[in-house]
Amino acid sequence: MDQKRKIRILVAKPGLDGHDRGARIIARAYRDAGFEVVYSGLHQTPEEIVQAAIQEDVDMIGLSSLAGAHMYLFPRVAELLKENGVDDIVICGGGIIPEEDIAKLKKAGIEAIFVPGSTLDDIVKWVKEHVKPRALSY
Amino acid sequence: MFNKKDLEGIAVARRRWQQIFKESVSKAPERLQRFSTVSDRPIQNVYTPLDMEDLDYSKDIGFPGQYPFTRGVQPTMYRGRLWTMRMFAGLGSARDTNKRFQLLVNEGQTGLSTAFDMPTLMGYDTDSPRSKGECGRCGVAIDTLKDMEILFDGLPIDRITTSMTINPPAPVLWAMYIATAEKRGISRSAIGGTIQNDMLKEFIAQKTLMCPPRPSMKLIIDTIEFGTKEVPGWNPVSISGYHIREAGSTAVQELAFTLADGIAYVEAALQRGLDVDSFGPRLSFFFNSHLDFFEEIAKFRAARRMWARIMKERFKAKDARSMWLRFHTQTAGCSLTAQQPYNNIIRTALEALAAVLGGTQSLHTNALDEVLGIPTEEAATIALRTQQIIAEESGVANTIDPLGGSFVIERLTRDMEEEAFEYIGKIDDMGGMVAAIERNYPQKEIADSAYRYQKQIDSGEKTVVGVNKYITEEGLPIETLEIQAELEEKQIQWTNQVKNSRDNKRVKATLEKLAEAAQGDDNLMYYIINAVKEYATLQEICDVFRDVFGVYRDPGVY
Repeated sequence: MDQKRKIRILVAKPGLDGHDRGARIIARAYRDAGFEVVYSGLHQTPEEIVQAAIQEDVDMIGLSSLAGAHMYLFPRVAELLKENGVDDIVICGGGIIPEEDIAKLKKAGIEAIFVPGSTLDDIVKWVKEHVKPRALSY
Repeated sequence: MFNKKDLEGIAVARRRWQQIFKESVSKAPERLQRFSTVSDRPIQNVYTPLDMEDLDYSKDIGFPGQYPFTRGVQPTMYRGRLWTMRMFAGLGSARDTNKRFQLLVNEGQTGLSTAFDMPTLMGYDTDSPRSKGECGRCGVAIDTLKDMEILFDGLPIDRITTSMTINPPAPVLWAMYIATAEKRGISRSAIGGTIQNDMLKEFIAQKTLMCPPRPSMKLIIDTIEFGTKEVPGWNPVSISGYHIREAGSTAVQELAFTLADGIAYVEAALQRGLDVDSFGPRLSFFFNSHLDFFEEIAKFRAARRMWARIMKERFKAKDARSMWLRFHTQTAGCSLTAQQPYNNIIRTALEALAAVLGGTQSLHTNALDEVLGIPTEEAATIALRTQQIIAEESGVANTIDPLGGSFVIERLTRDMEEEAFEYIGKIDDMGGMVAAIERNYPQKEIADSAYRYQKQIDSGEKTVVGVNKYITEEGLPIETLEIQAELEEKQIQWTNQVKNSRDNKRVKATLEKLAEAAQGDDNLMYYIINAVKEYATLQEICDVFRDVFGVYRDPGVY
């Protein structure tokens, strides 16, 4: 078993929203924190994101949405992972997410939501505490 | 601007004063180790005539309405007519947005500005699988001409101008607006307004994407040519720095990349064989107004002077109107905070004041809740009132370019011009903006700046009140507007109804003609207008572009 395997993260932009400043900054912060990062680029469907996550063998998917479609897109990614028999990829999300949606998203399988004002350090810390390279967890 | 002898005297006094300043600092240190703008530009302790040493009043500053227009494009500026208060609005269905437009016009707004939802912005219909969950969320959903007719129903579009924030499908939405006017008996030569239609900054920053850069340029030049001939009151492109700044650029990058985009459009239009003075006066601009007050005012002044010089010296424009940089401003959405949202009113007021002192032609002030969702009516009204207070109570609109001649403002204006021209030189060397975008140059420059700024906030080097300083535990609960989920289903049903009542044979024929013309050199606007008048949907038309020109995928640079 390779003990040195780094945490692999897919940073993804679901839907048609083009606001990618946050996603790109997060991708860079993850890279600087020593994680391996795959950035999906914009305008991905939930199907494309789940396919990429499985192909790239990631440990976590970070979703970003700033145009209001998170209540459909985020849970849909969680649902598709389950349908594909994957239960060990952590999903978190961020962007403009109203307070009242956060509990619903957590119930749908999004483990953490980072709203505007979250620091890069806090987000990286959360990942280190909650995500383990999957090969090591067996 | 000062004679040599005076400057020598000031230089001596300046050195002496600097000594006194140092002594004071040695007793009580300065607040910060380093003073810099929000764009990380170092700021001196004091500015003097020495900072204007190489400026020539008549050559570089001059009078309002006179070349190089540093002090404003019109001789009377706000003493003649105030800027247009143009609040960006759009939500839900065309009917919902029409209601918001009516409210804003009744409250004294003098121009309309339309926000579309994501599917519309990307050229998809509401029933596309890619649109699921997005209908009406961040703007109004437009599938066919029918929606456009409802959107402007009862509004005096022969008297007020309309701006539409739309990019890849801009020719289609413009065609729908023209068709709406003509159906109401208003000729296309009598309407006025703006389509954003600036694809270069989409590839750089905002990322509503459809076709690759080169065919996108063809569509834009089609609209410029069509506008010049048929819709003389229309601004066919709004060359935009707003989104470049929102993506995290510095003020100079916003200035440089925006004007470089402008240069690319002018070059492409000249290649089409248009005369620079036939379309130059219709090019308009759109900037961000961020929080760093003096830097922003200087940016607007530098932009005006640079564009005048570019049009006159580089493109040999003769008509002064071609040299005018007329611009719309929006206060910086990215400067607003979800925490303590009422503070956003103050931020927006400062940014709006900078835009006015910078000489903007029109202005959108963000609502305090814009960071949380689409503004409520109350929040949108406060934002409009902010402009009215600046315009009619503060007195700042009574004299033209009131900060002209300020040592700091003139120095920043000069420095930003110089630095932005350096960037433009680099982009010219790469073969122009289209080539620079193809190698991701501006995208990478902006990503670097955005990351640096975020680090400065995280470390506390830059203050964001309520976020990294003066934090209060409990935020005030504020009411936000919710978009009903049923809207999507209703919109799909409605569009199906329109599709069932149109003449599908004629729709097909107009789309085939458009596809055929897209393979050649014809101006496509005429074909698009024919298609929308038959109620072809937005996506049916955009799919023709995607088929013929190809689809552009975001390269995902970070």
